Amino acid sequence: MKRSYYASPYAVWMVMFTVVPLLFVVYFAFTGRDGAFTLDNFEKFCRPMYVSALLLSLKLAFFCTVICLLVGYPAAKFLASRDFSRRQSFVVLFLLPMWMNCLLRTYAWVSILEDTGIINTVLEWLGLPRVQMVGTEGAVLLGMVYNFLPFMVLPIYTVLKKLDHRVIEAAEDLGANPVRVFFRVTLPLSMPGVVSGVTMVFMPAATTFAISRLLGSGMFWLMGDLIDYQFREISMASGQNFGSALSLIMMVLIILSIGLLRRFDPKGEGGGMW
Amino acid sequence: MKKAFKSAYLALVLLFLYAPIAVMIALSFNASKSRAVWGGFSLTWYAQLFDSPEIMQALQVTLTVAVLATLVATVIGSLGAIGIHAMKSGRANALINLSYLSMTTPDIATGVSLMLMFVFMKIPLGWGTMLMAHIAFDTPYVLFSVLPKLRQMNPSTYEAALDLGCKPGKALRKVILPQIMPGIVTGALLSFTMSLDDFVISYFTSNTDQNLSMIVYSAARRGIEPTIYALSTLMFLVVLILLVVINKRSSLEDVS
Repeated sequence: MKRSYYASPYAVWMVMFTVVPLLFVVYFAFTGRDGAFTLDNFEKFCRPMYVSALLLSLKLAFFCTVICLLVGYPAAKFLASRDFSRRQSFVVLFLLPMWMNCLLRTYAWVSILEDTGIINTVLEWLGLPRVQMVGTEGAVLLGMVYNFLPFMVLPIYTVLKKLDHRVIEAAEDLGANPVRVFFRVTLPLSMPGVVSGVTMVFMPAATTFAISRLLGSGMFWLMGDLIDYQFREISMASGQNFGSALSLIMMVLIILSIGLLRRFDPKGEGGGMW
Repeated sequence: MKKAFKSAYLALVLLFLYAPIAVMIALSFNASKSRAVWGGFSLTWYAQLFDSPEIMQALQVTLTVAVLATLVATVIGSLGAIGIHAMKSGRANALINLSYLSMTTPDIATGVSLMLMFVFMKIPLGWGTMLMAHIAFDTPYVLFSVLPKLRQMNPSTYEAALDLGCKPGKALRKVILPQIMPGIVTGALLSFTMSLDDFVISYFTSNTDQNLSMIVYSAARRGIEPTIYALSTLMFLVVLILLVVINKRSSLEDVS
């Protein structure tokens, strides 16, 4: 038996459970309830309500990615620095929260942020007025950053750890100051990690619906919420065509943005989180 | 930069990551059912946990799906990597791009697409469809954990085994498999973690059977029972102990 045949079950499985289902999405997106070809679903999407959901999703995902990058890059850099002899155990600390149910961790934020929650109790104790946090865009953003931060830290860490330290020393010896070393040497060399981190944060952030439901208390409609609504809240038969169109639009946007991002990492070196 | 500053920064980030976990663990010991009031230390929720059929059922669904999906995905994914590694680059690239497509599809689109297919084929949405969906999203991760190990391997070792009279099947088991084992283990761990934690894809592909994420989601609207906090605390402890044991063992191996 040729060795390449070992991939047959994989190929069959991928076609059955990736390609075929996606074809279903495309089919339903371009048909109406009667099964005839139509572009109505896309026309419906152009209504202000739906477009604003898309813009809000993209806006929150963008800010989430920027914050994760600004917070996560230094964290990854410090983790990879030689100051920590037991850095492996530090890295495990970043992975560990992911073993606890993500929805539950997000829900725990409600206990911290809600009107009678921990922060407000402390504020009251200090004699300060309460702040309403649950149900604001900020809370949703916090939930996103919280959930996806490790996905930014780990790929950058993996790349920085492998970085040849002598290159940095050479730059220093040649008289570059730390800022210049960072922007001219460290950052460009860590681009593959940044690209995969940005991808791994932006994509789930743009499509989430559980986080906005829990921390936004249903005040905001993101793309994920719209899709969920079409399939789950109204009957599937009447929602599936428009829902498929929404999913298709989302997917195309995501694949396009990943394609653009990959230009910064043409060799695809930053693949791994692990 | 000073080490103290770096440590302080990392500590702050970790505080952010662990704050809700600490809150949850604290609430699991709270005698009062309210999240706002501390009613004293109590183990009531831990006792009630084992009497709750809903939670036990969800735990069973979560674990059986995660274990089975990991097993199947690890076998299919590892064999897939070995096959793809042996292919001509054209066909190999086609399969690899297909796997990228599957990984870059947002969870919600994966879930919706699988649901559409299952409904169209009139397969009832439940434990079985959830398992198939989990295998589908786990497999590419195994593939991408194993492929780099195959590429790092020295191809001459396999040929040497054949030259020395090994049958291809035996050479695969005795020469290739041990060298790619770390990749297989990583892939399996990754699959298991993702299955355990998955919400979106399970939510769309199962109606009758619910996993833990799904009961958390549906309970969140009417307020979550502290029993779920108790369960999560226990699961967290198990993982923590496992990690410490593994860490101890590997550091022992480093020494010897």
